[in-house]
Amino acid sequence: MLSGRKDLLGIQELSREDILYILDKATEMKKVVLSDNKKIPNMQGKSLITLFYENSTRTRTSFELASKYMGASSANIAASGSSIQKGESLIDTGKTLDSMGTDVIVIRHSASGAPHLLAKNVKASVVNAGDGMNEHPTQALLDMFTIREKKGSFEGLKVAIIGDVTHSRVARSDTYALTKLGAQVFIAGPPTLLPLDFEKLGNVTICESVEEAICDADVIINLRIQLERMKSALFPTVREYSEFFGMSLDKMKFAKDDVLIMHPGPVNRGIEISSYVADCENSVINEQVTNGVSVRMAVLDILCNE
Amino acid sequence: MKQNYFELKGVDLMKLLIKNGHIIDLKNEIDMYGDILILDGVIVQIAENIEDNEAEVIDAGGMVVSAGLIDMHVHLREPGYEYKEDIKTGTMAAVAGGFTSVCCMPNTNPVCDNQAVVSFIKSRAEKVGYCRVYPVGAITKGLKGEELSEMGEMKKEGIVAVSDDGRPVSNGSVMRRALLYASHFDLPVISHCEEFSLLDSGSMNDSETCTRLGLRPIVPAVEEAMVARDILIAEHEKKRVHIAHVSTKGSVALIRDAKKRGVQVTCETAPHYFSLTDEAVNGFDTNAKMNPPLRGNDDVEAIIEGLCDGTIDAIITDHAPHHIDEKNLEFDYALNGIVGLETSLALSITYLVKTGRMTLAEMLQKMTYNPSNILNLGLGEIALGAIADLTIFDPDEIWTVKVNEFKSKSKNSPYDGYTLSGKAHITIVEGKVMYNG
Repeated sequence: MLSGRKDLLGIQELSREDILYILDKATEMKKVVLSDNKKIPNMQGKSLITLFYENSTRTRTSFELASKYMGASSANIAASGSSIQKGESLIDTGKTLDSMGTDVIVIRHSASGAPHLLAKNVKASVVNAGDGMNEHPTQALLDMFTIREKKGSFEGLKVAIIGDVTHSRVARSDTYALTKLGAQVFIAGPPTLLPLDFEKLGNVTICESVEEAICDADVIINLRIQLERMKSALFPTVREYSEFFGMSLDKMKFAKDDVLIMHPGPVNRGIEISSYVADCENSVINEQVTNGVSVRMAVLDILCNE
Repeated sequence: MKQNYFELKGVDLMKLLIKNGHIIDLKNEIDMYGDILILDGVIVQIAENIEDNEAEVIDAGGMVVSAGLIDMHVHLREPGYEYKEDIKTGTMAAVAGGFTSVCCMPNTNPVCDNQAVVSFIKSRAEKVGYCRVYPVGAITKGLKGEELSEMGEMKKEGIVAVSDDGRPVSNGSVMRRALLYASHFDLPVISHCEEFSLLDSGSMNDSETCTRLGLRPIVPAVEEAMVARDILIAEHEKKRVHIAHVSTKGSVALIRDAKKRGVQVTCETAPHYFSLTDEAVNGFDTNAKMNPPLRGNDDVEAIIEGLCDGTIDAIITDHAPHHIDEKNLEFDYALNGIVGLETSLALSITYLVKTGRMTLAEMLQKMTYNPSNILNLGLGEIALGAIADLTIFDPDEIWTVKVNEFKSKSKNSPYDGYTLSGKAHITIVEGKVMYNG
């Protein structure tokens, strides 16, 4: 599967069948994650390295656990404390890891396209764990997994993606995946955080307001305000942002009663989402994390064995 | 006998007779099949049939004989960045592409902002160069955009224009003073238009492709705001300004309107702005990363219209050699620019002439007489008494670009593997054959 690819670089190049295949495999993996004996041999004898040029808690840990649950040897490299700080190029770092017999390199990088550059230059399979503002494919896959688990299917689903779309690789990957699976995407956020022609990326409607975007929505994906990626002030204050673009219980009333509240984390409580919403019954934010491990197990299994 | 002209570095022929050429020169309204006789580097006879027993004969075999191509915007990288290119390899690339003159930009190390660096470049070109090299001096000391450089002193040493190319002169008052001061020495000011306050760390044109790739956008107004500023300064002061590497529809419109009002503005564009769109960046191809960035279809069309209606005066390459290690990087970290000297003629023929948008003669004008005229070089035409800088090329020859065969030290071109029409075969500088391949 994955159409015979060595790497998983983005949702853009996957077919609908590829995505569904991964989700089906993740369903099996979830049983392992939820069981008492979290050990299967699918990556026995394989090695995995997480190469993170940006900070991460859930993505890096979840890849590491996913590989360990399947019996792989894994190691972590963070940009600080490695030769990257001595000025080693990405390609040289990749070739070094290749030379150690690494089977899978999971990379996160602040520059869009970095995993693509790495993939071209190493024998190992490369998994994109988030590149700049481009893609975050495993996040989209775990989001799809979560939505399918709760809603059954994607056809005709109304999914609102709210917030900082410009800097969000999650918004891009989710949009590609949702479009391929037959859902409709509605986008809202401050115009300073909406990139040009985003509606051309899929079955996307750009809305004038958050209320319009979430009206009768089946799913709301709240995006994190990425202060670290903003090089200048793109909205006046956090206070004003949360009033007009943040998710509150009041705004939530516009959506369907059984709306799913999602967030890729880490949550800026009280900014893009209020604590009341993040912790309400409709919120599946923590289940997303559980599903992240299952989905990553599925991806690694496919890349190593198929 | 075929000689290795790069070894000989120019065969000094007192008398050179070019036979069977298709001689084209729009300026002097020449479009004829015939011969050209050159004596001591000067054209002395143009006729349908010339016989001269003393002359060395070159058979053009029906190929086009044009005035030597002039590229008024290249980076030769010497002094300071010889690992990318130097004056020898840069001019080898130039003559291989049919160019007899190049104007090199001052962003070297040290910066070409004083007499000594100008003199160094001139003497190196004299010693190792294959074509004419005209240095462009910096507008401001160290390209810092603050204090004017010694333009008069540099002019004495041989600069033909001033520019801070690679960087804008952000401070409008400094640009105003530059236009005023340079005019005293009759030096054109070449403006690299880029409004930094609008740039916002962008790395490619604002477009669907940019959004899809998750790169930071560069809006067209980054270029256009400064084009507008410089036009307004030039208009008020009644001084000339030359806009470098025009890439957007909006810039073309601003310059077209200004020319109609009588503003002394000229401008140039490069082949990549009329042959590629920003979709070339797909796959994060750093050989499609340049400044200004590749634009959209509407811009490409506007650039071609601007060339056709005379708004755009010159075709340049902005030949920007970079080492592979400076390109084989994450897109955000890769340097801007591509090499162009060895593909410029073919791209112009393929995308302007073969598409029926302009005649070969009109196209050649933008690579010969027009740049010469802007810079007062006294070159760029075929006429009795004119300096014998000539380019002989086959406009119909189909060939495939192979970057590894470039004479340039650097191979950063997005055109590797492209099949193009038109190839330079013989390049003559002041009556000396400097390339024959």
